[in-house]
Amino acid sequence: MRIAKRSELTKVQIVLVRLAAVVGALIFGGVFLIILGENPLTIYTSMIDGGLGSFFRFRETVNLTIPLLITSLGVMVAFKMRFWNIGAEGQIFMGAFAASYFALNFAYLPKIVLLPLMGLAAMVSGGIWLLIPAWFKAKFGTNETLFTLMLNYIALKWVTYLQYSLWKDPAGMGFPKIPSFEENALLPKILGIHVGWVIALLLIYLAYIYLNHTKTGYEIAVIGESEDTARYAGIDIKRVILKTMFLSGGICGLVGMIQASGISGTLSVDLSGGVGFTAIITAWLSGLNPVMVGIVSFLFAMLRQGGSFIQTAYEIPASAAEILQALILFFVLASEFFVRYKFVLSHKHGTGVKK
Amino acid sequence: MENILVEMNSISKSFGSVQALDKVELTLVGGEVHSLLGENGAGKSSLMNILAGIYTPDTGNIKIRGKQVDISSPKVAIDLGIGMIHQHFKLVEVLTAKENIVAGYDKEFFIKGSKLSEKIKNISLKYGLEIDPDKKIYDMSVAEKQRVEILKVLYRGAEILILDEPTAVLTPQETEKLFDIIRNMTQMGCAVVIITHKLNEVMEISDVVTVLRKGKYISTVKKTETDTNELTKMMVGKAVDLSIERPPVGERKKILEVLNLSALKSDKTKALDDINFEMYTGEILGVAGIAGSGQKELCEALAGLYPITQGDVVYQGESILGKNPREIIKMGISMSFVPEDRLGMGLVASMNIVDNILLKEYQKQEGLIISRRPSKEKAQIIVDKLNISTPSTDSHPVRLLSGGNIQKVLLGREIESNPHVIITAYPTRGLDIGSSYLIYDLLNEQKKQNVALLYVGEDLDVLMELCDRILVMCNGKITGIVDGQEADREKIGLMMSGAYKEEIGL
Repeated sequence: MRIAKRSELTKVQIVLVRLAAVVGALIFGGVFLIILGENPLTIYTSMIDGGLGSFFRFRETVNLTIPLLITSLGVMVAFKMRFWNIGAEGQIFMGAFAASYFALNFAYLPKIVLLPLMGLAAMVSGGIWLLIPAWFKAKFGTNETLFTLMLNYIALKWVTYLQYSLWKDPAGMGFPKIPSFEENALLPKILGIHVGWVIALLLIYLAYIYLNHTKTGYEIAVIGESEDTARYAGIDIKRVILKTMFLSGGICGLVGMIQASGISGTLSVDLSGGVGFTAIITAWLSGLNPVMVGIVSFLFAMLRQGGSFIQTAYEIPASAAEILQALILFFVLASEFFVRYKFVLSHKHGTGVKK
Repeated sequence: MENILVEMNSISKSFGSVQALDKVELTLVGGEVHSLLGENGAGKSSLMNILAGIYTPDTGNIKIRGKQVDISSPKVAIDLGIGMIHQHFKLVEVLTAKENIVAGYDKEFFIKGSKLSEKIKNISLKYGLEIDPDKKIYDMSVAEKQRVEILKVLYRGAEILILDEPTAVLTPQETEKLFDIIRNMTQMGCAVVIITHKLNEVMEISDVVTVLRKGKYISTVKKTETDTNELTKMMVGKAVDLSIERPPVGERKKILEVLNLSALKSDKTKALDDINFEMYTGEILGVAGIAGSGQKELCEALAGLYPITQGDVVYQGESILGKNPREIIKMGISMSFVPEDRLGMGLVASMNIVDNILLKEYQKQEGLIISRRPSKEKAQIIVDKLNISTPSTDSHPVRLLSGGNIQKVLLGREIESNPHVIITAYPTRGLDIGSSYLIYDLLNEQKKQNVALLYVGEDLDVLMELCDRILVMCNGKITGIVDGQEADREKIGLMMSGAYKEEIGL
């Protein structure tokens, strides 16, 4: 057996390879479920049922989709430029922090003023949180992967400090929580789901236009492919890096505001639910395509929602669903290899030197 | 009695959809220099990489000294006495020649310094390879490094030597020296393979020539029974006129002046050292020199892409120093640069032709939104004019095009902007003969339209045929500027190595 390079696959073939990977993961996960003593088919159907079966379940799935989708769009913009922003988690927290500051201190403002103000504050502070590593990268060529990762912990610990000390609710009877927002600072609902879903759809459209039809979007693509070509074309690389990172961090920051104002009603350390990391996966799996980001994020959210459903319905630990999620990822990532290479059986006539 | 060392039978190898080798035959005889001739992409290197154990063939078999073998790794190849000297040397810069020679080979734990030096000296004397075993690689010239590579494989007991384009980086004098070494090796009974596409060298050094074309085996002939015309015909598939046109110099006006230009490399040594020359309209100025003598830095400095530490570049009385390419364009100066690294600098590899044309267009557009329509029309014009074969202008990434077509897209885009100055770095590198001649024609056409051209080349014969003047560089300095028509090969060679300097007249 040896490895040989494949000819370039068509888009359809690539999709087929990925689908095969998902099927492979489900089969593999099925074996795992059989070991647990469950019938994989019933589990899988009830997972779908748990994710979409009723309006309540569907709404929960959408609630999970919104932050994941928007964060994916945010990191995707950075990834297009080969800037590895793995600090979305921190940007979400900083965005939520800034939004909460306005929600808690300016609650007397009318809703129509307060909500945009919170959104703006969240975007600016999330943007600045990513601008810090971006500036160091543009100026000194520091590694953004480590830098953004470390900033996550600073942001998280900052919010922990707020929750446990500085902003702790005096009326919370010693329970470490930040006071809930006034009604003014909560996102309105459209069709029974908070307005974040409209923002998410709008952002998909805007990201698509931005990346494919604007000058900056084109420059991002050129820089992502080759910095030398960008210099050759006279693109001001540092400026584009800073601009794009502010945007990427800003989008992630907005997620913080949406989660605080639309879901938890206040700032808390559990606010992100880890989407900052999951978004790296969804952005990558969708091939850095905004429309695909929407689809992949929804599927991931469904998997998660279905996972918590089977947990209650069959008393299977939620970790089982997480294992399934990880299996799918693992298989899809591994399938990337088969997009480019194939195994060939080689006719052996002994190894090495024939004596 | 012929001493057959290697027999490769019916070797096939494909990379993805590309059939690199299709049932190729090769027989190597001890004491003979065997040239492997073919255009770029003919499969020469692939075939030799198979012999050296770097690739595994899909089908076919190999016999070494009459015994069938499976060369599954470079280690196996070395044990069989096969040594390959790659085009890009694989040496550790901070180590000495001696250390590089034993690295990864001697099984002993300690390097026995003096004994080893002795052993290496013996081999050098035997083959006429002059080398100081204790010299660090970074202190060596390209020719010296090559000798270390050769010594390395000889030390490992190689009897079958493969040299991949060995003369590409050498001056004519160094080439002569290398050929002497090769002759010594064959006298000792070695079989030497030279991968090349330079016909005059084939005629000079080889005993037998095997020609490949597009992965197919064409023929094996004795040198004494063939000539360059026949070889070209086998190589290209049809008879080709190998002379390059040189239209007379047009309206000769000074357009660009380079004054005392200096620049540093990243290690703070001089990349360019006090460069002075002038460019004129309607003229092709050639730049000759061993690879890495400062040609790349010179081109990039002129295009505003390389930081200049000293001196000035004056375009029609106006300094363009310290300006990036876009600012140079904004000044109303139309200068085109066709860089050496086409896909890494001149074009965006994964984008289609339209988006690559857009690279030089989009900043001229108003507003934030990009319109691709004008570029699409331009792309179609370039594709039609230069006869670029591509399935589509807006859905096929340029990296999937052939080398010649890639260069046509790049050059086409640059010419289409009606420049006054064109700077080209190795514009025919990696192209087949037909495409190369098309590029020469395109450049000549620009010359006729009174454009000033700078042509950085590696093939001295082409430089001497195409260019009106030739500027010779060595170690970042100009060692002479000579008239293209009266240029003397030997003299340029000496200037390339810095052994001779010409008063800069012209």
